[in-house]
Amino acid sequence: MDRWKTAWKGMLILAFWLGVWALLARLVGRELLLPGPWQVLKRLLLLMGTGDFWRITAVSLARIVCGTLAAVAAGVVLAAATCRSRFLRAVLSPLLTAVKSVPVASFILLTLIWVGRDILPGVIVFLMVLPIVWQNVAAGIEQTDRSLLELARVYRFSRWRTLRRVFVPEVAPYFLAACRTSFGVAWKSGVAAEVLTVPQRSIGRQLFESKLYLETVDLFAWTVVVVLCSLAIDKLLTAAIMIIARRKRMFSPPNDTFGGK
Amino acid sequence: MIRFENVTLAYQGRTILRDVTMHVPPGGRVALMGPSGCGKTSLLQLAAGLRKPTSGTVTSGARRLAYAFQEPRLLPRLTVAQNVNAVLSDAPGTMPRAMEVLAAVGLAEAADKLPYQLSGGMAQRVNLARALACDGDLLLLDEPLKELDEARRDDILSLLKEHTKDRTLLVTTHDPHAARVLAERVYVWRDGTFTQQQ
Repeated sequence: MDRWKTAWKGMLILAFWLGVWALLARLVGRELLLPGPWQVLKRLLLLMGTGDFWRITAVSLARIVCGTLAAVAAGVVLAAATCRSRFLRAVLSPLLTAVKSVPVASFILLTLIWVGRDILPGVIVFLMVLPIVWQNVAAGIEQTDRSLLELARVYRFSRWRTLRRVFVPEVAPYFLAACRTSFGVAWKSGVAAEVLTVPQRSIGRQLFESKLYLETVDLFAWTVVVVLCSLAIDKLLTAAIMIIARRKRMFSPPNDTFGGK
Repeated sequence: MIRFENVTLAYQGRTILRDVTMHVPPGGRVALMGPSGCGKTSLLQLAAGLRKPTSGTVTSGARRLAYAFQEPRLLPRLTVAQNVNAVLSDAPGTMPRAMEVLAAVGLAEAADKLPYQLSGGMAQRVNLARALACDGDLLLLDEPLKELDEARRDDILSLLKEHTKDRTLLVTTHDPHAARVLAERVYVWRDGTFTQQQ
């Protein structure tokens, strides 16, 4: 019953904002400046009927997913390495600060000199996602209950058993939160990189050309595609996380009483 | 089995143990008694190698340790049975042994529960079961009767006595009766150090 209520509420809110959009478009009265939702939907359906639309979306999706997965893997390895070695932490910390503070546009333009435009969005996604995963996983490792590590030491758990039984459950919530944030950032930075570098098959190129030829309806339609892809991935990821979390009991109620300090 | 020679332990500017000398021979059973905060747990941690003495030496000849901590320290996402089995091999093959010890502490029916579903006394019994399941030749028990209700104390005390008779034991307790039942020698905290009770 609650789920239906929530769904209805969500649909009503969506309808309200679509109404606001339609009203504004009507008030402006020029499709070139602000097309209405109906026009955008019509254009989107038209685009979806072409093979190119699916190819372009798939290639952009592949770039962003590859960049994200590579960053997730590298972020976990770097977090583990920097938590284990003070020397590595001292050496690599400035790199983390640099990646976090340099504007994404500077990275895009700089990286354009070094790599081809087809690979660049993936590289940018990698650079933007890496610090998120790295920092979150490192925080999870540092928050790991020392008393459980002592338990593992006393009972001579192997490295694998310590990893599986102590670290993974403790770090998992941090890792999963990082993954969810990462996909949002990945879409924004990936598409921004595509807009600036206009690789052959890309959503970014479609956005750029729509703006160039003042095809505002197309610009809106492709933006909707980006939003839908981002939402779909977020929902899929959330569902996958919840299934894994339930099976592995990752989010069982906190256990402060019995964890010991 | 374990020897403390003039052990002093200081932490954050406070001396916790001063010049403790004690020897527990193989198969020996020693109880430590004293008020809270006098350093009983620290002595067990030194014996387990979890702390290094500020001065003096701790020599242990134990091949394998079993340690029931003062707080149960259960792995929060494992069931009771998995928690006990985790210190054995973590493989299904040793689960019958884990279940056997759980039955001995009266927790066979709670085997599938998660730690957050247990009362303080139940969690403490899992903690003890874990230490008893492990065939360590040095057994460290830090206030093993803590959190247990009166009805359970005698049962658990008998069980501990039975399981510890062939092992080297170092136990801390506030209960003189438990100390007498479990140990052959009792060290009492006096004037800043542990001295053997006559």
